[in-house]
Amino acid sequence: MPASYFDVDGTLTRTNLVHPLLFYAMNQQNPLRSVGHLFKTAARAPRLLLAEQLDRGSFNELLFEGYAGMTEDRLLELADEAFSTVIRPGLYKEGLSLVARAKAAGHRVVLISGSPDFLLQRLQKLCEADDVIGNRLEFKDGKATGRIKRPLVAGPEKARLIKAHAKQHGFDLEECAAYSDSLSDVPMLTVVGRPCAVNPDVRLKAMATTHRWPVLDWRKGKAA
Amino acid sequence: MSSSSTVHTLDSDSLPRYLMSGDQILFEHLPVGTRCIYAKPPLVGLKDPDAAIRYALNHPENSDPLHAMLKPGMKVTIAFDDISIPLPPMKRPDIRQRVIEIVLEILDDHGVDDIHLIAALSVHRRMTADEIKWVVGDKVFNQYWPDRLYNHDAEDKDNMVDIGETDRGEAVDCNRRAAESDLLIYVSMNLVPMSGGHKSVAVGLCGYKALRAHHNPKVMSSKESYMDPASHGLHESIWRQGRMLQKEVKVFQIETTINNKMFDGQLDFLTKREEDMSDFEWTKMRGLKATLDRLPDDARQALFYASPAHYELTGVWAGETEAVHEKVLQKSYEQYMVPVKGQADILLSGLAFVCPYNVHSYLNPLLVQVMAQGYYHNLYRGAPLLKKGGTLIIAHPFKDKFDPVHHAPYIEFVHRLLPETKDAYTLHKKYERAFAEDPTYIEMYRHGHAYHGSHPFFMWYWGEAGRQHIGRVIVAGAQDDYMCELFGYEPAANVQEALEMAYDTAPRSPQITMLHTPPILMCDVEADAQIAQTSGAGSSGTGTSGAGAAA
Repeated sequence: MPASYFDVDGTLTRTNLVHPLLFYAMNQQNPLRSVGHLFKTAARAPRLLLAEQLDRGSFNELLFEGYAGMTEDRLLELADEAFSTVIRPGLYKEGLSLVARAKAAGHRVVLISGSPDFLLQRLQKLCEADDVIGNRLEFKDGKATGRIKRPLVAGPEKARLIKAHAKQHGFDLEECAAYSDSLSDVPMLTVVGRPCAVNPDVRLKAMATTHRWPVLDWRKGKAA
Repeated sequence: MSSSSTVHTLDSDSLPRYLMSGDQILFEHLPVGTRCIYAKPPLVGLKDPDAAIRYALNHPENSDPLHAMLKPGMKVTIAFDDISIPLPPMKRPDIRQRVIEIVLEILDDHGVDDIHLIAALSVHRRMTADEIKWVVGDKVFNQYWPDRLYNHDAEDKDNMVDIGETDRGEAVDCNRRAAESDLLIYVSMNLVPMSGGHKSVAVGLCGYKALRAHHNPKVMSSKESYMDPASHGLHESIWRQGRMLQKEVKVFQIETTINNKMFDGQLDFLTKREEDMSDFEWTKMRGLKATLDRLPDDARQALFYASPAHYELTGVWAGETEAVHEKVLQKSYEQYMVPVKGQADILLSGLAFVCPYNVHSYLNPLLVQVMAQGYYHNLYRGAPLLKKGGTLIIAHPFKDKFDPVHHAPYIEFVHRLLPETKDAYTLHKKYERAFAEDPTYIEMYRHGHAYHGSHPFFMWYWGEAGRQHIGRVIVAGAQDDYMCELFGYEPAANVQEALEMAYDTAPRSPQITMLHTPPILMCDVEADAQIAQTSGAGSSGTGTSGAGAAA
């Protein structure tokens, strides 16, 4: 039995990592704190844009600094609402159908994403995925430090994590599939035998064309 | 030298032949004694197609007239052939549009308004909205698309229904809307004798498990021609499925035949014999070749697709499926069947740019295979045109080029599986189901425009009988030696080199035949043994012996 590894942001859902952060920033204990978080996030925007062009790992680290100071209680308490408000409406129905097909075909379905693990767990429940590999926020004294615990789920590290997961479960990587929308996930796509570019940007589309990977594009479709 | 309208033997004064090599044109001087087989001239089209269609609906075969089967409020589904027919797509109005418009008018007159229209594409790629509009016309499209006019989806499990199994254990399933209708009307266009009949509903609206009953190496390696429905196991199996389906579903079959007017107007010289072309037409031919030689691949393809075929309706029948199809086959053979005496040692044919599975995309190597060893090999009745163990020469660039959208599973089939094995049974047992159930390929089929994951396997099986019969396949003009190696073909720089290579294993005076296509034709081949039997020992049939030397 092989596994299917799904990236989430941009692949299964239209949203990206910034959207949940903005939700949390806007839903702090009081408006003043919300304004403060939003201001900090906005101030970080130019660096985020630059980091995204250079290195996905740095981008994730910089972005997760936005969670600094938020309480663990609040993050978890609002996780259901963040999921249903931000992520759920953006899910591609074709993506959910693909996950269901993979399950039906006997694949072990794994969500592997730079998103916070507590949000991925909501998606795992919705689509009945078997495993989740997401980024874990570090907490100290009940508050997020803004740092990500290792391993950092991004770029080449995703490939390593997939290899480790496959080895742990005895899967032949040649038989495994991976789905992603981003050029930063090329390492993850190349490590499996059945890669697929989903809703690819121009650069990944070119890469997929060169490697003759299948391409799925749901961006004209409606959300689930 | 001998000559008729369809079989012409070359002498030392003969003009060069032209061959289509993909979307390019070659001029070749062929050896003296080469027998060139041409399609029959187009049958005369019906003067008033609409009147003929109305007549057929009112005077059906072995059935009540359509109007007598209708009641207000009943549920009716109209299914129609997909884009694989005709080739290339025909000028508007498409004959299916004419039929559907008249049928809808009759349904409306009888108070039937619960109507769905379904493109019966089985596991072919989904048609685009523009392609469907081209087939059914603007009026029908605007009224029904997309809620009541759509593509069949063989992977939409909720909308497929199991009918059961035949007495031979063949699964039968069907599109739910069609199966649950009070009346299923099928609109078919017959391009080759293999199409139509029970194949329309039993295959066009079925799913993968029903296809497995006959789209497999065992059935497809039958020595008979699958273009001869009376003798091939493929049709026997489909007929069993169709008969079972019709116990559950009331079907009114409408089948049409067309002539072979593939090119008309500025390109009509492409359908003529070289001897019949005027000086001006030769000039046009040379001009077209020079233009094509200078255009990039995509532009050449676009140029040909910009010239839809000028097919004309030659017959229309309606009513009970088998009775209708019997009439259709007769008309089909009248257009396509060319009598040929004697088989060839070396068979040469150009492969044009189009086949049923690459409309608006490139004829990739796997499709070249299905054309060469599948369709062209099977375009016979009686005996194959090429002797067992003979050499087939095809002219085609044979590049490692695939449409990434339409033919995604083909790429993996060719590049991952063929290096491992060419054995159809191994491919069938080891890989077919995994491809058919691959989530990515199913998704590409359902929501993109890709052929189903099982389709490349079917293409391979469809070439199986040819693979077993043909001794060597030489690809003249092949640009990719590795592709040739994968398919078991031999590359040659050009047709002349291919002929020289073919002589190496041919008898001393080989009979060389050129199948001059397009347009397509079928050969009613009388094998050498049959000729000897009928005309007595020592006599030889027309065209059975060649000069045996390159010109």
